[in-house]
Amino acid sequence: MLKILKYSFFDLIRSRWSYVYLLFYLLLSFVLLFLNQDLSKAVITLMNVIIILVPLIGTIFGVMYYYNSKEFTELLLAQPVKRSSIFLGQYLGVALSLVMSLVLGLGIPFVFYGLFQSSAIWNFSLLLITGAMLTFIFTALAFNIALYNENKIKGFSYAILLWLFLAVIYDGLFLMSLIVFETYPLDKFTLIATTFNPIDLSRILILLKLDIAALLGYTGAVFQKFFGTNLGLFAALSTLMVWVVLPVLNIARKAKKKDF
Amino acid sequence: MVEIKNIHKKFGKNKVLKGIDLEIPDEGIFAVLGPNGSGKTTLIKSILGMVVPDQGEIYVQGKKTHANGLYRKNIDYLPQIANFPGNLGVKELLGMIQDLRGGNAQADHLIKLFHLEPFLDKKLSNLSGGTKQKVNIVLTFMFDSPLIILDEPTTGLDPIALLHLKELIQREKEKGKTILVTSHIMSFVEEISDEIVFILEGKIYFKGNIHQLREKTQQTDFEHAIAHLLKKNHA
Repeated sequence: MLKILKYSFFDLIRSRWSYVYLLFYLLLSFVLLFLNQDLSKAVITLMNVIIILVPLIGTIFGVMYYYNSKEFTELLLAQPVKRSSIFLGQYLGVALSLVMSLVLGLGIPFVFYGLFQSSAIWNFSLLLITGAMLTFIFTALAFNIALYNENKIKGFSYAILLWLFLAVIYDGLFLMSLIVFETYPLDKFTLIATTFNPIDLSRILILLKLDIAALLGYTGAVFQKFFGTNLGLFAALSTLMVWVVLPVLNIARKAKKKDF
Repeated sequence: MVEIKNIHKKFGKNKVLKGIDLEIPDEGIFAVLGPNGSGKTTLIKSILGMVVPDQGEIYVQGKKTHANGLYRKNIDYLPQIANFPGNLGVKELLGMIQDLRGGNAQADHLIKLFHLEPFLDKKLSNLSGGTKQKVNIVLTFMFDSPLIILDEPTTGLDPIALLHLKELIQREKEKGKTILVTSHIMSFVEEISDEIVFILEGKIYFKGNIHQLREKTQQTDFEHAIAHLLKKNHA
């Protein structure tokens, strides 16, 4: 698997799109830091961008890489290599190259602006960790979609729909249900509902670490009580881990049965 | 070398292979023929484990094929469509496949044979279809495995490269290897193959050498004999 990972990774970091992605982050963070010299504020702004953009890029890159490397995959399938190694290797190659673009693209400008002397370093690390987790989650989901759909157009549409659902529609439904059932105690429901959406989970995780939970009112207090503690942080990160592990296991399972 | 026992495979509702029994001998060139969509590639991919049959068993060198695919170490496979990761150079691709398969590979004389030296550092996405196919051939023949499977090896090759390919196949045959070929170019099949098997609608319709085929169909010309087989079946 490591060999496949190595080749997928090197293949990807030489592709134009990785550089575009890296340059985008470099530009974004330099501009942000240039405009408001405050690292903490830049972290908040970045969070809003990352939480939407990272899943989008993860799904699109994942689906695109899978379909583009189809013939390459067939070449590998004829070699004495296990199927699960091929797909997991490719998956990790995509995810790691995206994470690298993210970390370098955000990291370099922040270091440049004195991240290590700043108190924002923990918040910034948390931002990077959740960004990385989101990349792993959505790339894995994208690989699942691609494995189940031979048709490229269908695969792309499902991938976009998945992103749209989790990034936008889920929140809408969530808010609607809160309004409809406002007479009931909803704190448990909200807590559970957020764990079913990795984007929401990451957003709340970062918001709470940034100590702006007061903005969220009473629910914020409930969240603060749960996620604000170390236990909560741990629980949220483990939920994100589950979001990574389950799709990855399914990649391995589906890959074993598929015909090429 | 390869033993296929009662293989069935369907894709959705489309039954591609309907109970194929086949034994491929230890030596010689074995051609799998049939019209488009008759299941040739599916059969080959079943041997390679790329397609998982619904039913039946396949033995390669006496051992049952296994899902981990490690038996493929003894098979060299030339896929039908030569498409490689575009970001890699030719040299890197050769290196990569060598690295993945382990063992020693001899690519230099093949690179010289197909005049690929000027392309070694070029990216694969910039190569023409024929050149890609040459790279594909080098990838297949650089290893020394007892079983070689070629799926439409002549696609996109110029006459000189085709000649070289035929020589290569003959040379491998002389080493006592088993070579499994599919092709639509009848003259190519007629020239190289020792034995042919004709698949029609997922079943074996004819198996034997070209001489037997001529006798059966009473046609002197190989191409006509094959056409005769097809016509007779559809009549």
